[in-house]
Amino acid sequence: MTLPRIELLLALLGAAAMVLAAMATPWMKFVLTIALAKGIAVLGIMLLLRAGQVSFGHALYVALGAYAVAFLAPALPDAALLLPAAALVTTIAGTIIGLFVSRYREIFFGMLNLALSMVFYSMLEKFYHYTKGTDGIRVPSLGVAGLQLDRVTYEWTVFGTALALAFCFGLFARVYLASPMGQALAAIKTRETRLDFMGVSSRNVLLAAYVLSAMMAGCAGALIAMTSRHVTPLLSYWTASGELVFIAILGGAGGVLGPFLGAVAYELVRVYAAATVADMWQMILGAVLLLVILFARGGIWGLVSVRLQRRRTA
Amino acid sequence: MKALLQARGLRLAFGGVKAADGIDLDVMEGEFLAIIGPNGAGKTTFINMTTGYLRPQGGTITYDGTEITGRRPREIVRRGIARSFQLPQLFSEHTVEENAALAIAAREGIWSPLAPLLRPAWQEEARELLGRFGLLPLAGQRADALNEGTRKLADIAMAVALKPRLLLMDEPTSGVAASEKMAVVETLARVLRDARVTAVFVEHDMDVVERFADRVAVWSQGKIAALGPPARILADPAVQRDVIGIERPATPGGVAAHA
Repeated sequence: MTLPRIELLLALLGAAAMVLAAMATPWMKFVLTIALAKGIAVLGIMLLLRAGQVSFGHALYVALGAYAVAFLAPALPDAALLLPAAALVTTIAGTIIGLFVSRYREIFFGMLNLALSMVFYSMLEKFYHYTKGTDGIRVPSLGVAGLQLDRVTYEWTVFGTALALAFCFGLFARVYLASPMGQALAAIKTRETRLDFMGVSSRNVLLAAYVLSAMMAGCAGALIAMTSRHVTPLLSYWTASGELVFIAILGGAGGVLGPFLGAVAYELVRVYAAATVADMWQMILGAVLLLVILFARGGIWGLVSVRLQRRRTA
Repeated sequence: MKALLQARGLRLAFGGVKAADGIDLDVMEGEFLAIIGPNGAGKTTFINMTTGYLRPQGGTITYDGTEITGRRPREIVRRGIARSFQLPQLFSEHTVEENAALAIAAREGIWSPLAPLLRPAWQEEARELLGRFGLLPLAGQRADALNEGTRKLADIAMAVALKPRLLLMDEPTSGVAASEKMAVVETLARVLRDARVTAVFVEHDMDVVERFADRVAVWSQGKIAALGPPARILADPAVQRDVIGIERPATPGGVAAHA
């Protein structure tokens, strides 16, 4: 069996396992929806990592997507419309900001994104009249495609949407990374100047990936808003951006399953660690990150793919 | 034969060092023009100015009737001028085949997010190109695993994949083993002649220059000190002493006096 097919099989098995876990433990549905949403945002960050660029500010787009849902929900109380609306808002914002940040590389790229996300955080916090400051905005109950659903059905619908989006974005990212545009991202990392001398604008290559990553993060934010039904400026805080980078490293950037493996592992460790050792859960996550960096540079997906390749060659 | 590239009065200095001090040069369509000269004479600077990497402080560069002075590398490549590098600029995480395919994609337009890079047509073209350079057996190897000579050839193959009318090569044979040098250049010359590419190459090996160049330009302190057919230029005692390093009876004024 080829690696892409194994990946697809693993994705389907993972999806089935999540559905079973959500059925067996109802509160798990919420945790897994958030994990899938974060996985989608990290998938976008992974595109940028292919170009060797780390964004420490993508929580900006998660928050923007979430607040787009919160602001538009009273006028447009339907998840089927709010999700594309959030995607559109973050695509536009990603294009405008991307035109600026795609000129920079490495630490400057990372820090500019961080700075912009913190500007957005401050705006959400200070403009109380519109944003309700640190209190945040409560999202009213939403319909789905014109239907008014009971709470459980609604939660299943959002969970299913998150799963379907994760699958579609994962599939798209896989195709994108194999395309000339995706391969040019890796070329930016190794020999950007050569791209220019081949007539390719490396800036536009990075911009395209940046806009896609912003849109994915926006969809993630919309899903988080629809699930938690409450948005606060903390969604845009720098630790939220750091969390996404943490998940990218934990899951591994070598394959499209990595972000989702990382996100699920992260959320589960966080939930269980917070429940058992409330004061130490961040220390546990830190130790996990340290172990990954020291002993598994390819993250969880790196460990899985190495085993798969060994088995195929054996 | 018409001039494909015309440089007029090109000037560029780095601090007090004049890398180009009034360069006038016509590159004729279809010819192989070798540039020789000591290190620091401004040979690479000429390539860098022609390909848009450096902006001259004075003078003009005209390509096929259009002035391209100071234009961006991307724009110049699209007009038909490609280059290879003294230190090969390969995408090290990609295979040799993917490197070639990326160059083909750059020529054809990379903005297709849903079709794979190694689509059948581009893969076939990449393999055919690598075959012409004798690199097909290495198609699946990562670029960073190649030896220097092979990297050089792959670097040039990528430039050729862009289907340029004018190819500028910076020391195409440096790093190539002495025993393989002539074979490599034979291959290169055949590929370029077949593709009707005009070539300008910076070279330190005078055997290569003598055998493959139609004309030779001698660079000295940012100026063209001599220009003409290899037989005449390489026999010049001043060129032999100042550029090649063969001691002959001194010529007053050195190589600069022959401009």
